[in-house]
Amino acid sequence: MASEIHAHHGLGEPYKRKEDARFIRGQGTYVDDVQLPGMLYGDIVRSPYAHALIRNIDSSEAMKVPGVVAVITGKDLEAAGLAWMPTLSADMEAVLAVDRVLYQMQEVAFVVATSRYAAADGVAAVDVDYEPLPVVVDPKKALDPEAPLLRPDKKEKQPTNQIYHWETGDEDATNAAFAEAERNGVVIKQDLYIPRIHPAPIETCGCVANYHKATGKLTVWLTSQAPHAHRTLFAMVAGLPEHRIRIISPDVGGGFGNKVPIYPGYVCAVVASVTTGKPVKWIEDRSENIGSTGFARDYHIHAEIAADKDGMVNALRVHTLADHGAFDAAAQPTKFPAGLFHICTGSYDFKHAFVDVDAVHTNKAPGGIAYRCSFRVTEASYLIERMMDTLAHDLGKDPAQLRLQNFIKPEAFPYRSALNWTFDSGNYEGALHLAMKNIDYEALRQEQAEKRARGELMGIGISTFTEIVGAGPGKHFDIAGIQMFDSCEVRVHPTGKVLARIGVQTQGQGHETTFAQIIAAELGLSPDDVDVEHGDTDTAPYGLGTYASRSTPVAGAATALAARKVREKAKKIAAYLLEVGEEDLEWEPGRFFVKGAPAKGKTIQDLAFAAYTNCPPYLEPGLEAVNYYDPPNLTYPFGAYICVVDIDRGTGMVHIRRFMAVDDCGTVINPMVVEGQIHGGLTQGLAPAMYEELAYDADGNILAGNFQDYLIPTAMETPLWETDRTVTPSPHHPIGAKGVGESPTVGAPQAIVNAVVDALAHVGVRHIDMPLTPWKVWNILKEKGLTSD
Amino acid sequence: MSKHPISVTINGTAYEDTVDSRTLLVHWIRDGLHLTGTHIGCDTTSCGACTILVDGKATKSCTMFAVQANGRQIVTVEGLEQGDRLHPMQEGFHEKHALQCGYCTPGMMMAAIALLQRNPHPSEQEIREGISGNLCRCTGYVNIVRAIQYAAEKMSASEPVPVPAGEGDD
Repeated sequence: MASEIHAHHGLGEPYKRKEDARFIRGQGTYVDDVQLPGMLYGDIVRSPYAHALIRNIDSSEAMKVPGVVAVITGKDLEAAGLAWMPTLSADMEAVLAVDRVLYQMQEVAFVVATSRYAAADGVAAVDVDYEPLPVVVDPKKALDPEAPLLRPDKKEKQPTNQIYHWETGDEDATNAAFAEAERNGVVIKQDLYIPRIHPAPIETCGCVANYHKATGKLTVWLTSQAPHAHRTLFAMVAGLPEHRIRIISPDVGGGFGNKVPIYPGYVCAVVASVTTGKPVKWIEDRSENIGSTGFARDYHIHAEIAADKDGMVNALRVHTLADHGAFDAAAQPTKFPAGLFHICTGSYDFKHAFVDVDAVHTNKAPGGIAYRCSFRVTEASYLIERMMDTLAHDLGKDPAQLRLQNFIKPEAFPYRSALNWTFDSGNYEGALHLAMKNIDYEALRQEQAEKRARGELMGIGISTFTEIVGAGPGKHFDIAGIQMFDSCEVRVHPTGKVLARIGVQTQGQGHETTFAQIIAAELGLSPDDVDVEHGDTDTAPYGLGTYASRSTPVAGAATALAARKVREKAKKIAAYLLEVGEEDLEWEPGRFFVKGAPAKGKTIQDLAFAAYTNCPPYLEPGLEAVNYYDPPNLTYPFGAYICVVDIDRGTGMVHIRRFMAVDDCGTVINPMVVEGQIHGGLTQGLAPAMYEELAYDADGNILAGNFQDYLIPTAMETPLWETDRTVTPSPHHPIGAKGVGESPTVGAPQAIVNAVVDALAHVGVRHIDMPLTPWKVWNILKEKGLTSD
Repeated sequence: MSKHPISVTINGTAYEDTVDSRTLLVHWIRDGLHLTGTHIGCDTTSCGACTILVDGKATKSCTMFAVQANGRQIVTVEGLEQGDRLHPMQEGFHEKHALQCGYCTPGMMMAAIALLQRNPHPSEQEIREGISGNLCRCTGYVNIVRAIQYAAEKMSASEPVPVPAGEGDD
């Protein structure tokens, strides 16, 4: 019996995904698959200008278009008090522009019609009269005295285009360390721009809003990574009682942080449904997604390292200018306007550090926190890894050696960083040594020397990053005031099968499988016996949603603890049935038995049945538990990535020959799913390093507003990723698991950039900003006299 | 705009309808026939999430009008499973973890099936090229390549799989 139970798949097994059954048959339910009787379609009139006054909106022609039912403008919303909505950064964002537009593609009017085609016709027929205004695109010019004030609506509390100044660390001690290094050591300085990019999930954002006048209940199917938080925000914004709002986040076709914020289209669809009394669907197209929903990055960084002449780092100083666009809608915990950017001391033992961030408005779409950034960790990790390489090259040291000598040592954990994070666990040298061994680093360096002698360009790039995921302890972390706990509810049916609901929301990361594995392991069941649901705010326990790789650290912990509560109750029932004391019972997966008499026992199925049929009189019938988990700390997964590139001297093309990714996320729940996360995340690290950029011209026109110009890598551009792992569990997590979903995107770009700079360092190239397009690289080759015909 | 009667066979079932001349095939299939496995991921014919087989050829259904499908044989993802037997491509995607959010999956599988119809034993490079009209944001393609290799082996090892006949696309 026992061995049979052990044979079940559980924690650590590459269990095949439960989700696949519907997706491979075309039977997923994504928002645009939802069709309701009488459903109308909404479409948005968007600004062609980056900055302009709205003189007039004439909808009379649009109302004549067959099928058009209504045209809603900013003035209509203003009358209902809904023209503006709060953002997750304590700013206000226009739902529909009332008197002015602040970025190209901004929402100006909402057309409702009987079909999506009629709605599009209606959009084309709305006549908006604009008066163009001077445009601010370059954040460095946003604070010029002559720069136009972009947000007169908040002039009282913010008289310039500066949104905030934020700083952390010991500035005096850091400056003193730099002064000392100027005298006796080395100081390296570098400007780094991390370009604006877009997460661009293949499914765009959308919703179906359905307001029932008779019951006063609003149901919204929504592409949401955080359905409960959205429900609360809808209640706050729309004034509807929260128990009469049901958000359903069904199958979501990728999120990548793009589906955390509330967008104007959602609010307009709700207003339209309330107004018309019919369901209203709004689905944006790709250009709208790229042009108006949450972008990522856009950090202008000046970084400095103070070290001694042997390359032992001492202090880090970082000044950053953050471009937040027209509204500050960056989606991060309220006390962290620059996210967790101050993880930027990385995997190294810096004694002193100081970081400041100035954020400004420009005439661009809002956003900033998205695209596997873990709240700005992408930016933090990129800067420190680029700087460590720069230090190595400046000192003539091997970048691997420089890292090894500066790593936080395994025995130093839990490690308190100079910027006050307490890293839970790590063995950085173990990961780097494994990556170097796997790829035969020494042989590569030798090959590089030989190639260099022949005039060929080969580079090796390293990234040894530390992530910070699992936000977070309620004392410090909240979204719009709601503490960043998460939850799980486990209900065992009489026949021993389980329904579990979680407060997080998968967008493809496999929660329906992996959370079932956690419960199965805790209760000694097969994951087949555990169904996991999420995304319906009427049924799932309240949670903060899935982003910033927080599902495993927070809801994963809640899931294990809820299952343990179930097991504890099952133990009481077992003691009752077996007529022994609880202290006389032992657990093996799936079964309690009497110590010393293993034949005398009860399976979890026996105990579940008894909970409903023969429950001890001093216990409630039934077998279920809930846990809301407030994490004591974040988790700090890490990795060591090594990238090998060859550069074509004729074209400037960078060819990634090999990419070795060693990740350590502690206990692995499902190695197959983790590997898939890493493949995808590495590809989303490749993308900004090599291809993607959401640039604007001087007039504020978007230069890569669709998939013709915004270059998502295909299978042709994407290398064959090589992966491996070490296991350093998180000591504070119930199953020792850390988040991992965003690690590869956090860690990969700098490995690629480091490799390309490494290939060109011998001719004096010290840094190249992403993306490393052939044209950009070719120009450098030409400047250095390296181009071949 | 003008309306047109059309007759299209999809997954072996004949459909008669009258469509606007401008109705895109993908919208007719999704909104009209409720075959919602075929997805829309872009507005520039770039992503391939809407890929279906039209007379055996992999076709981006966002870039074809419904009227152009008149008289044609179409296969969508819903037509792959025969009885309760998964198509080897579906099996491969599941076995090799070649999908995550599942949104590109239907189009990706249709493109891969068309590839194997014209090249039953593709190399890795040929597979990557064969699906280069299909964007995936989740998987990094590695496991998709493995899934297609799995399907290719399975399809060449066993009796012919009931995939709708066609010329194969070129």
